[in-house]
Amino acid sequence: MSEIIKVGMADLKTCVSPDGVTTLGLGSCVGIAIRDPVTKIGGLAHIMLPDSTTIRNSSQNIAKFADTGIDELVRQMEKLGAKKARMVAKIAGGATMFTFQGKNDMMQVGDRNVEAVKKKLKEISIPILAQDTGKNYGRTVTFYPETGEFHIRAVGKSESII
Amino acid sequence: MGDLSLEKVSETYLDVLKEIGNIGAGNAMTALSQMLNCKVDMKVPQVKLLDFNEVGALMGGEEQVMVGVFLGVEGDITGSMMFLVEQGSAKHLLHKIMGDMVQQEGFSEIEFSAMQEIGNIITGAYLNSLSMMTNLTIIPTPPSLTLDMAGAILSVPAIEFGTLGDKILLIQSQFYDEVEIDGYFILVPDIESYPKILTSLGIPIA
Repeated sequence: MSEIIKVGMADLKTCVSPDGVTTLGLGSCVGIAIRDPVTKIGGLAHIMLPDSTTIRNSSQNIAKFADTGIDELVRQMEKLGAKKARMVAKIAGGATMFTFQGKNDMMQVGDRNVEAVKKKLKEISIPILAQDTGKNYGRTVTFYPETGEFHIRAVGKSESII
Repeated sequence: MGDLSLEKVSETYLDVLKEIGNIGAGNAMTALSQMLNCKVDMKVPQVKLLDFNEVGALMGGEEQVMVGVFLGVEGDITGSMMFLVEQGSAKHLLHKIMGDMVQQEGFSEIEFSAMQEIGNIITGAYLNSLSMMTNLTIIPTPPSLTLDMAGAILSVPAIEFGTLGDKILLIQSQFYDEVEIDGYFILVPDIESYPKILTSLGIPIA
């Protein structure tokens, strides 16, 4: 029996096929799904903020940030036997949930999260195969490392697979 | 105040927030009852300091569809505020105002704007009582409204709290006329505003 492992906000989990990983109600946060297609080891990180180095109050939770969260996910996958050179990623989330005219930069945190995730993945040479990011609505995502399918659901929309 | 983290806030501060929440929510309910022209009762609000993971569960799961009203706060203090209510409860409130004009499925344009007005009144009354208690000028920006999954809506205040620590502080207020309605208030002052609120209430900053 395969299992779908739940990833919370500011959290990350790995899994091995046929298991999958899911995170519910991504808003401005970004879900990063990574897979090694050979070993079919996968993982999902649900990051909240772009950069751990700009936060004064050093957080204990490294899964909260794009930079440290992705590093940790890759590390945990390697520990299971995945090879970084084979890893590929799909990303979703980073929505702007509320719109304001000329409001402060916190409002665009969704976009900044997506940018930070792309930058980090590029830096460690993990290609992004597909993405469903931005816009103004929340997403529930489920990732299956067996096939690499990333299922995305949103309120009032039919499920899509990237 | 540089290393303020919500985990370290004192009991006193939580008591103060509870009191602000209590009075704020009370004022908000009075305003709502005037708008709906009926009696609205309220339970004592609960102040909760939760892990990011726990917030969704409190509201019936991260995928629970809710109406979220979000606005900025300007003036002597800055930050943002959110009011959340489950979509069924929102429909109930709308029915009180609009009667049979409320549609079964989804939210029409006019329902959205009525809900925005309800949000405006509730958050306005809440911030007004905070302003009166602290004697600080607090100006709300026009609210923005969305209908989406609880987790997605909550990611917005959670991210702001995330720059301070790993917890989110919210005020759960249950109110009811014929049916029970769970409403949630989340006030997110910017880090510079915490000492201002505490000082204005005569609480020494540890």
